[in-house]
This record gives sequence, structure tokens and C-alpha cells, in this order.
Amino acid sequence: MAEALLALAGVNTHIGQYHILQGVDFEVPRAGLTMLLGRNGAGKTTTLRTVMGLWQASAGAIRYDGAEITRRTTPERARLGIAYVPENMGIFAGLTVRENLLLAARSGPPEDRRLEWIFRLFPAMQKFWHAHAGNLSGGQKQMLAIARAIVEPRRLLLVDEPTKGLAPSIIANMIEAFRELKRTETSLLVVEQNFHFARSVGDTVAVMDCGRIVHAGRMADLAADDSLQQKLLGLSLQAHQ
Amino acid sequence: MSHGSALPAQRLDWLPLALIPAIALAALPFIPSLPTWVTLTVAGLAMGMMIFMMAAGLTLVFGLMDIMNFAHGVFISVGAYAGTSVLLAMKPSMQADSLAANLSAIVPAVLAAMALAGFLGWFFERVVIRPVYGDHLKQILVTMGGLIVVEQLIHVVWGPDIIPLPRPATITGSFIVGDAAIERYRVLAVLVGLAVFAAMWLILNRTRLGLLIRAGVENREMVESLGYRIRSLFVGVFIAGSALAGLGGVMWALYQESVNAQIGMQMMVVLFIVLIIGGLGSVGGCFVGALLVGLMANYTGYLAPKLALGSNILLMVLVLLWRPRGLFPVGRA
Ligand SMILES: Nc1ncnc2c1ncn2[C@@H]1O[C@H](COP(=O)(O)OP(=O)(O)O)[C@@H](O)[C@H]1O
Ligand SMILES: [Mg+2]
Repeated sequence: MAEALLALAGVNTHIGQYHILQGVDFEVPRAGLTMLLGRNGAGKTTTLRTVMGLWQASAGAIRYDGAEITRRTTPERARLGIAYVPENMGIFAGLTVRENLLLAARSGPPEDRRLEWIFRLFPAMQKFWHAHAGNLSGGQKQMLAIARAIVEPRRLLLVDEPTKGLAPSIIANMIEAFRELKRTETSLLVVEQNFHFARSVGDTVAVMDCGRIVHAGRMADLAADDSLQQKLLGLSLQAHQ
Repeated sequence: MSHGSALPAQRLDWLPLALIPAIALAALPFIPSLPTWVTLTVAGLAMGMMIFMMAAGLTLVFGLMDIMNFAHGVFISVGAYAGTSVLLAMKPSMQADSLAANLSAIVPAVLAAMALAGFLGWFFERVVIRPVYGDHLKQILVTMGGLIVVEQLIHVVWGPDIIPLPRPATITGSFIVGDAAIERYRVLAVLVGLAVFAAMWLILNRTRLGLLIRAGVENREMVESLGYRIRSLFVGVFIAGSALAGLGGVMWALYQESVNAQIGMQMMVVLFIVLIIGGLGSVGGCFVGALLVGLMANYTGYLAPKLALGSNILLMVLVLLWRPRGLFPVGRA
């Protein structure tokens, strides 16, 4: 089997004096969508931030596309093709939708075809092209955050809880959008609490608890195994179903 | 998809701008004569423009990196001294009654002020600021320390005494408009201030660099995640802000017609008031805040000189009661 696109080996992360990640091992394959699941406080966000370099791993190694990036800075990692949609979306509220996207396009203004594709994924982006991002609704902000991450082709897309706080109809839209993203060259690592969303788009899955990976496998297997879900995720995730 | 109704394309927030004419009109009944009011208003606007030049860098430095640089005043002082040295060395051009001759002294003086202040800013950022990123207490201690060191260096280089600085011939004296006397230098200060503001506005709103700065002020982590090194951006802004403070310094020295080593420090309290009124990190807010403070200082300076600083503190308190994060709050995600 080909080497994984992203591989974490024994990654530890401290935030201040707190030891949050305690030896995280898992891989994101070169194709498809990997779900990262786990209870609140399990360390999912910390894992994504450590991959992005927003927290420094205190031990362990992060390999990406055949090279170790553990000590790389955040902008360097971004320029290697990793894009990040944080839990709070991180949109620039005082900038327009257009400016948010222009900023993310590092190699010049985005191509028309790319923009048209993005507008098909998220029509609101075209409609509110000149609106200040701060005036968008929660769902539209999430769409902008994702659109910004893919305004140019990227190798790996990290997304933290894309359905958080969204109405069910918007979640259905998100599922469609992620299915479309999976048809591109981009691999995805997505953190979710919504199991319905996770089983709808996930190919592989890793489950975290207390700063470690406690399960890894195919999403379909986890989706089919109620008792395993119960054991790994408890009732909180089932409630979304 | 349902997206609700169309959103307003721009947040038009003109209300704070209306404060400038509002304050000017509110002062009118208290001032005994219209010509005096005109003179004071022009003086206030001129002072505001110079304060804006000195404060603009400080607000961006805070907005981008959360750094409170208490030593910002030294860039003002160093600019004032460097410009003064050049002007004094070119006395014949200064005294000549020809604008071209005057300019041949003023332009190099301004360039020297901006260059030396900018260079000091570059050095300061490397040596003093960089080791204390992210630690406010250390920033206060270290920048205060840097301030004292540079002030002492100024004493060593330029001596401890006040240096008188006569204005060049063609910008001395006043225009007479009706019964009001309007000092030429104040008109010049207003024009330079407007030019600086316009240039900053264009850079911030019409260039990619400006886009990066505005985004960085809102959320620097996200700017880094998009692949941009916020540090290089910050160093550039720090140097430009220092150079602008130097420009403000030399203009202020010509306004006061003298320099002393405290010239920059004396401005710091006012600069902090301006930053807080305008909203930390907002250049537009800094501009409006500086004009408000300049006007207020001149009106109260005329009516009740002892209350000049107090009136600006009152102004700040009133603004904060209205808008707790300043006139133009900068969103931090
Ligand atoms: N900035 C921080 N400072 C201190 N503790 C933090 C910080 N961020 C997260 N934590 C702690 O780290 C643990 C994992 O958090 P997080 O990665 O956000 O979990 P998840 O995303 O899985 O809900 C939690 O116990 C949380 O309280
Ligand atoms: Mg989280």
C-alpha cells in the first residue's frame, strides 16, 4: 500500500502545563475522507491544530507527503498544500466575501472556472460576493470558510466540525458539498460530532478519547456496528441520529 | 438553498464621523467671536492631523500583534531631532523667502526624520520587541526600559537643552480670511495629514498588502494558516509606523518651534487616548479620534487651559460609554 498522505506517530501536545495529546497515532490516506470522531474534550481540535502547526508537538513526528513537517511553521505547512477550516471558522468579518477568497488565493486571482465550481457548491458565495463576511448567517460563514480553504486546489483539507450549529437543511447541503469535494484530488480530515454527517461522507474513521486514538478503521464498519459505536462514542453522538 | 434576503453590501458607519462637526459646532456658542472659533478649529484640526501621524503606527502594531509599545514616543523624538538637525544645518535655505529654497531644506529634513525613526523601529523590533511577543507585562517593562535608554542617547547626541527651531520663511505667518487669522503652518499640517491618511486608506483598501494587514488585525492565526508569515508583515508595519511617527515628530517640532528629549513622551498619553477612542487596531478610528482630541484640546485650551488633558479623558469616557470598544471596534475572531 502507498504511504499515507499524513501520518502522526506518537504525537504529544502540551498546552501550557496541560498534557493534552498523549501519543496520537493515525494516518490519512491519499484519497478519500477520514473522519476524526470522539467525545467533547477528547483532543480532536488540538490534533488538527497540531497538524497545522498552531500548537507545537512536544514529542512524536508528523509526516506529510513523504516528509517530516513536525518543526515546520504554520505558513510553511499551508504552502505545502494543507488548508484548515477551524472550529470557529476564522473568517475575516471586516472583509468582504470576495476579499476573504482573494486573500486565500496565494498564486494570484482565482481562475474563473474554479470560482464557478465554488459558486455551484455554495451559491450564497456568489450572491453575497461584495457583502461583509461578518454579516453572513452561520451557515454561510461555514460555507465561506470552506470555500476559502479550497479556492485553489489543495492536497489536504482539515475541517473542524463543519455542521456545528447548522440547521438540518443546511447540513444536507454540506453533505452534498463534501461529496463533491471527495471527487477532487483533495484528501480530507474532518472532525465531527454529528454521526449522521460522519457516516454519510466518511470513508475511514479514527476515534479519539483522552488525547489518544482508541479506534481506527473503515467508516462503514463502524456505522454497521451499533455496540462498537456505543462503546466508542457513547450516547451523545447517537442523539444526533 | 435558502439564504434569506440580500445583505447590505457595506457597513456604512458614518455616525462617529459626525462627531467631528458636532464637537466643532458645540464649541461655537462658548467662543466669544467667530474668527477666534475659526482659528481654534483650524488649530485643532492641524494638531489632530499630527497626532494621527504619530498614532497610526501604534494602533496597527497593537492590532496585528497585541503589542503595547510604550516606547513609541522615542520614534517621535528621534524624528524630531533628526529633522531639526537637518533644518538647522540648512539655515540659509530655511531663511530664504522662496518656497523652493525652503522645500530644499524641508524635504531632506522630513526624509531624514522618517529614515532615522524607521531604522530605529527596525532595530527596536528585532532587539527589544521580538523577545517579548505574547507577554504583556514584559512588553511594558522592556519597552519602558528601551524608552529610557533612547532618551538618554538623545541627551548624549543632541544635548539636554531645548533646541529652538524657527519655521522656514514661507510657512511662517498667517492667511487672513475675513477677520480670522489662519496660520500657514497649520494649513500645511492639515494637508500633509490628509495626504498621509489618503495614502494609508488606499494601501489598506486597494492593495493586497492592505488586505493582509486588515485580515491580520482581525485574526493573525488564520492569516498564518492561509500561508502568510505574519512576522514579516508585522516588521514592515512596525518600520512604516515608526517612520510615520518620525514624520509626526518633525512636524510637531516645527509646530512648537523647538525640540526637547521629552517631545515624544509628552505625546504618549494623548496617543493612548486616541487609540482607545478610535478602537484599538483601527486606522480610521485613529484618524477620527485624533481629530476629536485635537479639536477638544484647542477649544478647552482656550476656554479653560488647565482642563485641556482632563477634557480629553472625559471625551474618552463618553465615547466608551457609547461604544465600549471605541468608535470603530475591530472584530477579533
Ligand atoms: N487553550 C487551551 N488551554 C487549556 N486547555 C485546553 C485549551 N484548548 C483545549 N484544551 C483542553 O484540551 C482538551 C482537548 O480539547 P479539544 O482538542 O478542543 O477537544 P475536542 O475538540 O475533541 O472537543 C480539553 O480537555 C480542553 O479543555
Ligand atoms: Mg473541538
